[in-house]
This record gives sequence, structure tokens and C-alpha cells, in this order.
Amino acid sequence: MEILGLLLEGFAVALEPINLALIVAGCIAGLFIGAMPGLGSVNGVAILLPMTFLVPPTSAIIFLGSLYYGAMYGGAISSIMLGIPGASTAVATTFDGRPMALQGKADRALVAAATASFVGGTISVVLFTLFAPPLADFALAFGPPEEFALLMLAFATFIGLGGDDIPKTFFSIFIGLMFSAVGLDIVSGNPRLIFFDLPGFYHGINFLVLAIGIYGIGEILWTVETTRGEMVVSRAAVTIRGVVRALADLRHNIRSMLMGSFLGYFVGILPAAGATPGSLMAYGVARTMSKNPETYGKGNVDGVVAPESANNAASTGSMLPMLTLGIPGSPTTAILLGGMVIWGLEPGPMLFIEHKEFVWGLIASLYAANLFALLINIAFIPAFLMVLRMPFTVLAPVIFILCVVGGYAPTQDMHDVWLMLIFGVMGYLMRKLDYPLAPAVLAIVLGPLAEASVRQSLIMAHGSFGIFFERPISAIIMAIAIGLFAWPLIMVVRRLVGPARAD
Amino acid sequence: MKHLGKTAAMAAGLAMAAGAGTVAVSSDAAAAWKPKKPVEFVIMAGKGGGADRLARFIQGIIKKNKLAALPLVPINKGGGSGAEALRYLKDKQGDPHVIMATLNSYYTTPLRNPGLGVDISKFTPIARLAEDTFQLWVHSDTKIMSVKDYVAAVKKAGPKNWKMGGTGKGQEDSLVTAMLEGAYGIKVTYVPFKGGGTVAKQLIGKHIDSTVNNPSEQIGFWKAGKSRALATFTPKRLKAFPDVPTFAELGQNLSYFMQRSVVAPGGIPADAEAYYVDLFDKVYKSEDWQNYLTSKGLLPGWLTGKALQDYFVKEREAHRKLLMSMGEIK
Repeated sequence: MEILGLLLEGFAVALEPINLALIVAGCIAGLFIGAMPGLGSVNGVAILLPMTFLVPPTSAIIFLGSLYYGAMYGGAISSIMLGIPGASTAVATTFDGRPMALQGKADRALVAAATASFVGGTISVVLFTLFAPPLADFALAFGPPEEFALLMLAFATFIGLGGDDIPKTFFSIFIGLMFSAVGLDIVSGNPRLIFFDLPGFYHGINFLVLAIGIYGIGEILWTVETTRGEMVVSRAAVTIRGVVRALADLRHNIRSMLMGSFLGYFVGILPAAGATPGSLMAYGVARTMSKNPETYGKGNVDGVVAPESANNAASTGSMLPMLTLGIPGSPTTAILLGGMVIWGLEPGPMLFIEHKEFVWGLIASLYAANLFALLINIAFIPAFLMVLRMPFTVLAPVIFILCVVGGYAPTQDMHDVWLMLIFGVMGYLMRKLDYPLAPAVLAIVLGPLAEASVRQSLIMAHGSFGIFFERPISAIIMAIAIGLFAWPLIMVVRRLVGPARAD
Repeated sequence: MKHLGKTAAMAAGLAMAAGAGTVAVSSDAAAAWKPKKPVEFVIMAGKGGGADRLARFIQGIIKKNKLAALPLVPINKGGGSGAEALRYLKDKQGDPHVIMATLNSYYTTPLRNPGLGVDISKFTPIARLAEDTFQLWVHSDTKIMSVKDYVAAVKKAGPKNWKMGGTGKGQEDSLVTAMLEGAYGIKVTYVPFKGGGTVAKQLIGKHIDSTVNNPSEQIGFWKAGKSRALATFTPKRLKAFPDVPTFAELGQNLSYFMQRSVVAPGGIPADAEAYYVDLFDKVYKSEDWQNYLTSKGLLPGWLTGKALQDYFVKEREAHRKLLMSMGEIK
């Protein structure tokens, strides 16, 4: 009851005219920042943070929170329409969103993405409202061994991602892991894999450079080859009836939506993970749970719904450790944390006691931001669909320019633009030889996290792998992961043994 | 968006008017040079870490109090423990539109990477804004109330079972840990994490047994009664922690500071240097900065010009000795 009262007070704050205006402004700004390849919520929040000194702290966080949300919605747009991940958090949306657009189902993909984002966002805000303090304690229970177990689970769900060709999937994962090891060793601080002594490798390989390269540039090359420049995209007419039908069809995807929401929220509250791993894991789990996993990567609506619900849920989730523990759950919340210091607020356990109106105003504004972002997004869908009416000869150079900007933006280093072009050619060749690309992207995102956590665990245990099985949470997650790893291998063995027995 | 755009434009206009006013009114020394374009504010660490948060806080103070006509644009060049940033500053020799926020990797990174070709005594010192401090922390559920209890507990547990969390090897936390080990004849298992905030969280989650966090990283948990500071690595007690003794009081002369300074590339015009010194003098004297220092347990430490350069060189030599004694460099 106390929570309800606090939430109502929060709504009174969030619905003040200035705050309401800021919510709408934040959602729209976020939508466009998210939709621009290379620019994501991190950049948006970092760029606009200094402007927020013009308003009180509560209004400032409401604006930035709405922007964060809007960016989660917006990221899906260029993933679906152009095949370039609009933001790191929308990489997984490319896997099935792009094929859907090519099949003339772009409107359905966009509606599915927006709706899933809404569901993910709403479920996570409700969880946040009801269980913030116990969940914060739960996040604390995750030390390095638990983190590693969880990451193993993520890898396990992706083993099946490359279709039936397990060796090629492993190859793709190992390529990604190798690139993720470039840069500085976190334990010794020594440089590793600095190819040709190029200084650009010191900051490691930003995974967006890989993702934009293989999806953006690789996609252009692939399309040029397969269509000889005469790409025909069946036009999707946008009608209100069409949107309603698309919404009604989503009832088949509720399971993926719920899974994505809970999983995304859960991953989001763990420090250092955030929305990108959350959305990739949700995609992997949705595929593993599916009765027809072979349809993933070919335009399965569940493949859009799962990562999109997860990334919104994770973005709310990552605010939880930020507010309750003062630990950012994602790069974006790290910047928000900096903002709170400037506003004179001390994030941490005392915030809920000392600055109630700030915390509850923010929570209430997330409910409102979610609704506005959904409405604004759906209203803009016809405008986004116009993109597909452009001839390929116009679209290809536009995509190319966006890729270059997207490759440059995260690190502001030309080195990464060249690297992205090389990855583009590499991605095209891998695709031509039928190697799955998604596992490589997953590996470069999760690789550094997994490496840090396994090495920290082993330092703690003086080299004994027992640490992963002695701690209850870690042991349970590890057991599930091992089961999932073993499953496709058992299937392969059965297939190999099966015919022999039949002879 | 329209609404926001308008307010932002107004703010920019205001800031510009105010900035122009300041320059015209202030002393002749500072009036001679002012930036012609936005100034790059290089940060030697990645987004979201302690150094990054502090640099953005400084940017915020400048913006909020309208101290500069043209904005500072923060750029993170954290690669190689700041090697990327140091190299960048070296290549910008003579460019007065670049400044950099430093931390102690300013000394240690060039020492550990001689191949970088960076000599920090060639850069232009602007100002030292503060010295961050270190404390020895344990979880409040433990029965360890003093450094004496701590040493006994570590010895009883044995080096294999006592886990000290900290930032990367060769960075500040590991240097402080090595000093502690040397002074009390103890051995711990050092577990490196990505940043001080994560280290603090690991202690509260009881995954590690102790830390040497900056006060600012633990203060939230400390106020909530989740962690306990045993002693401070400073010669005098901190205002924010009047009840926590210093190691000097306990008979061990252990002190270590993390400097928070601003430097510019070498060979910039003297009047540009004067402009930045004047700008950061205003930041230093601002209420926001002074409040931050007191509440987060940092020590004020205004230094500039030759005195600051001498300090940098002296600290570099001290760190050379520390790293050599740890076997990190030859």
C-alpha cells in the first residue's frame, strides 16, 4: 500500500506540464537517436546531459530516462528497414527483422518491435515498482562465478543458432571470441593481438564496428550480388486495418514477449551487462524454446519480439542497480550516474530514503514514457516505410554513408572505419560460404564479459573450476548451460549413429 | 523536440553572452587569448568510470556557471590505460584547443610502455584540482573493527583465502595493496575488476573480503551501514570521516593519493595557458567543486605552473620506484 501511495505521488510529479513535455521530447529525440546507426542511447544521453542543468534534477532524469527508452524503440527501426543495427541494443533485431522487411512484411515487423518494446518496458517497470529493494539484493548475490555461469548459458543458447551445422557455428563463435580478445588484457594490463602494431587496436574492437560491417556493408554486397541492383521489395501498404491485424497476430508471440521481458529485466539488473547482452540472450532463448528453430533468421516474428521486449526491459532493469547501489548496469546508466552527481544527488541505498520524489517521479515517468514512445513510434511507421520505396541505387549509397558514420561514431577513430569495411567483406564471404554470422556478434559482445568473470573466479579459487559448482546459484545456472551445450551434440551423435544401426 | 531546441538555443545564447562578459571584465592576462572553437576535453579512461564521471562533472560546472564562451567537448580515449590519450596529446603538440583530465595512469602508463615515446614533463601543466584519497574497507557484517583486527584476520585466513578486490594490476588500487602488504607483512589474493564502482559492489555482495576504494566509491554503502572504513591512507584524518584513523596514527607511514589535474599539450602559447589556468581557478573556487571535495573525502590541492610540473616529475619518480619494487617494470 505504501508503494502505491509513493507511486501516486510519483505520478503527480511526472504529469506536471513541464515534465510531460519533457517525456514527449525525450521519446522523440530518443527515437531518432536510436534509429541513427552508430548513435545510441549512450551518445544521446552523453550529448544532452549538460543541457539538463536548465531544469530541476527530477525533470532532468525524466527527460534522459525517456530518451533512453525512446532510443530502445528507435534502434529497431534501422535494423528492420536498412539491415544496419541502429544501436548496439538492436543488433539481435536485425537477425529476423531484416528478412521480414525483404519479404514485404516491414510493417508487421515494426508493429511487432514497438509492441514488444512496450510490453517489455511495462513489465519491467511494474517489477521495478514492486520489488526494487529485494532485486537489488539479488543483484549483489551475483559475483564473478555467477556472471560466468550466466554467460555460458547465453553461449549455449546460441550453439543452435547457426542451424544444423554445429562446426560452422563454433567457427563463427571462435572468430568473434578472437576479435573480442584484441586490446588490453584486463588482469595484467598488457596489450594483446595488436595487429601490425596499429595503435587503433589498443582500445579493442568495438563490437558495433563488427556488427555494422557484417550486417550493413555485408548486406549491400550480398544484395548487389543476388539482385544485380534490381532489388524488388514488395510494397507494404500501411492502413489502420493492417496495423490492427498486425497487432492481433501478435497474440501468437506472447510467450516470446514475456520470456524476453523477464529475461531482459533480469540481465539488466546485473551490473556490467545491460541491454545488448540481454537482447542477444533473449533471441537465443526464444530460438531454443521454439518448435521450429529453423525458421529463425528467415523472418520469424518471434525473432523480433524477443530481443525488442528484452532490450526495453533491460534498460529499465539497469536503472535499478544505478539507483539502489550506485553501480551502473549499462554504459548509458553510467553516464546518467554522472549526471546525478552533478545534480547533487547521491546514488546508492540512501537515495530511496532521502530523495523519494526523485526516485518515484522517475519510476512514474517510465510508465508514461513507455506509452508515449509506443504511440509516437506507431504514428511514424508510414514515414519509415517510405524508405523501402526508394530504388536500391539510391538506398545503397545512403546505407553505405550511414555505415561509415556508424563505424566512426563510437570511438571517433578512422581506424575503425577501415576495420568495418574489412569486416563487411569478411561477413559477405562468410555468408557466401554459409557460415552463420549471429554467433560471431554474440561472441564479441559477451567474450570480454565472460573472460573477465572466468579469470576473476579462477583467481578467487586459485585455479580450481570447482568454484562454479560450489556456489548454489552458479551451480544451477551452470548445470542448465551444460545441458544445453550437450543437447545439439547428442542430436548430432544420434544422427550419425542412427543410420548405422538401421543398416 | 521543438521545445527543447528552443530552450537549448536560448541557453547557448545566454552562455555566450555571459562568457563574453567574463572575458571582457576579467584581468588583462586572461583576456589576451580565448578559444576560437570548442575545446576537446580528453579523458584518459572509458565512459562511466570514476575519471570520466569527474571530467563530466567539471564540464557540468563550467556549463552551469557559464564559465566559458565555447563548450568543452569530452572525448574518451581510454585505450591502453590512457596510452591512447597520452599519445594523442603528444601528437597535438602546440594545439591550444585540446586539454586532458589526468589520473595516476598519467605517470604509470608511460613508465610501463616506454615504446609510447611520451615524456609527461614536455606537456603544459594547467592545474591540479584535487587529490583523491584511499581507505581500507571491509563489510560491516564482519567483526573486524580496526587495522589490528584486520591484520590478524588476514594472517589467520592465509594468503589464499583472503581476497582483496581492486582495479587492474599496476593501477592505483594494486599499488596501495602492495604498500599495505609490505607494511604489515601480510599477503592477499588480489582480484582485479573493471572499475572502482564494481569493486565496491563486490565487497557489499561478499564476493571479496576487503578493498582499498576511494571514499567516493563506498560512501553510499557506508551511509547505509553496509561497509566499514578501517583506516585512511593520508597523513591527516578526512573531514567526511572524522572517526576513521589514518595509517600514520597507527604507526605506519602509508599514504597515497590520486591526483585529479588538467594538462595541455606542450608548446601552447603562454596566454592560452593563462586562459585555462584562469578557467580552472574558477572551477576550483566554485561552490559545486568545494562541496564535492568535502562530501566525497577528496583533499583540496590547488597547484599550477612550475610547482605542478615539479610535482608531476616527483610523483613519476615515486611511481617508478613503486612499480620496480612490485616487479612491474625493470
